[in-house]
Amino acid sequence: MATQQTQLLGRSLLAPAVVLLFIWMIVPLAMTIYFATLHYSLLDPGSESFVGLENFRYFLTDPAFLASLQNTLVLVGSVLAITILLGIPLALLLDQPVVGRNFVRLMVIAPFFVMPTVSALVWKNLLMHPVSGLLAWLWQLVGAQPIDWFNDAPMVAIILIVSWQWLPFATLILLTALQSLDEEQKEAAEMDGARATSTFIYITLPHLARPITVVILIETIFLLTVFAEIFVTTGGGPGLQTTNIAFLIYSQALIQFDVGNASAGGLVAVVIANIVAFFLVRIVGRNLEA
Amino acid sequence: MARMVTNKRVVVSTAAAWLFGFLIFFPILWMILTSFKTELDAFAIPPSFLFFHWTTENYATVQERSDYFHHAINSIIIAGGSTLVATLIAVPAAWSMAFAPTKRTKDILLWMLSTKMMPPVGVLVPIYLIYRDVGLLDSRVGLVLILCFGNLPIVIWMLFTYFKEIPKDILEAARMDGATIGRELIYVLAPMAVPGIASTLLLNFILAWNEAFWTLNLSTSQAAPLTVFIASYSSPEGLFWAKLSAASTLAIAPILVLGWFSQKQLVRGLTFGAVK
Repeated sequence: MATQQTQLLGRSLLAPAVVLLFIWMIVPLAMTIYFATLHYSLLDPGSESFVGLENFRYFLTDPAFLASLQNTLVLVGSVLAITILLGIPLALLLDQPVVGRNFVRLMVIAPFFVMPTVSALVWKNLLMHPVSGLLAWLWQLVGAQPIDWFNDAPMVAIILIVSWQWLPFATLILLTALQSLDEEQKEAAEMDGARATSTFIYITLPHLARPITVVILIETIFLLTVFAEIFVTTGGGPGLQTTNIAFLIYSQALIQFDVGNASAGGLVAVVIANIVAFFLVRIVGRNLEA
Repeated sequence: MARMVTNKRVVVSTAAAWLFGFLIFFPILWMILTSFKTELDAFAIPPSFLFFHWTTENYATVQERSDYFHHAINSIIIAGGSTLVATLIAVPAAWSMAFAPTKRTKDILLWMLSTKMMPPVGVLVPIYLIYRDVGLLDSRVGLVLILCFGNLPIVIWMLFTYFKEIPKDILEAARMDGATIGRELIYVLAPMAVPGIASTLLLNFILAWNEAFWTLNLSTSQAAPLTVFIASYSSPEGLFWAKLSAASTLAIAPILVLGWFSQKQLVRGLTFGAVK
């Protein structure tokens, strides 16, 4: 039991962090809400006026919003699918007896530590360039027509780059979970004559359910706001083909200088993220009680 | 009892693991190789993998033309500064929640976590305007502050999960022996807390080093860290692949080395203790 003295001390130690986080969260958020109700353009200073929900109506009915919402969902969904569907077999493979496993693990985890601007530019130029990129050369080797990634399939290109960055994260978490799996359970199943596939379906996969959920939620939080990869490669184009919600809001704020509209968009993004966060916080919270 | 592992199985899984590991690592390897080529070799088709004219001139050019060290120092100051400040605020908070928990501790922890879920674009506009008005745009102080707040929840969470594992009995024993709270902190807690604090510093330094939303939006030249420095290569002029590769290699090398040491903390820190 904590004494009264330690409780008081505890509270005063906790206070700075709580107060700072509270200010950091509430001040910008309140300002965003306020700006969202204004006609407010940085190009036209002094013309601010209250417009109610007009910005929301404009933002939500803007064709660019629907396009970028769709792009956001495609990007998040595809990267999640790729990283998990490749991450599970990869983690299973690394869980096998492998000579030099530590070194292989280093190679697999490396992309996660590469800053987004570097991975995007290296992929765009060195690998995906339609004439001199390595992929173009490989395509020619097998007699295929090289793909002009950033003109013909810009979203696929972005998805590939982002998946490459996040595959290590999914793999590492799933591998960590696999290594905590009770070996004896698997042994017992094997002795009872269970085939590898049924061991996988009935023992391994249920064990992975939770880490997979965690991977999905955490990746979603980050993938909803993918920005740098788009910023340095496509600039959201061609047209709106690679504009996600984050990039759309950025361009309204710092390219078109439409503060009111960008703020309304920002709030929409906050709502979307909160839906995901709700589930993540519940899962993590359950873990706290253990 | 260990399961019988046949040699054949080891050979197959080893070969497969090395193949996939190599494939995943390949873009980085290719970037490093390209950084030692001449611009003509970097562009050549068919590409040469090892037998090209090795040169280090790109590294010299990158430093000369775009002042790598200026940006590297910015990265160190911004990532290091924000991590240090966040840790200074977080250690007392995590300590108090781990050792003197109240009924509300869990709610506070979850609330802190939820602030991390706020998408940065949601508050881009007000932060940008505040920074413009108080002159923090393109300043290192401004970036230190924003990354500090952004990572504070993760820092508190990581420290909390580490502190929680320190046995509480040891504190009581110290108290019985007449130790004051100050002495308790310095002689009993600190030595046990140092490994956790070190891992937290490491992981957050990496996260801050690679942060590419606020750094791209709030800095241009003076305070620009390496993320922005690399982004300046997105508008190409002539042959630039070898130089881009050299700049990129320089930008990721330090963090790749640190990152390899932090694998275990990475899982724990990024999943908020949900996967260990």
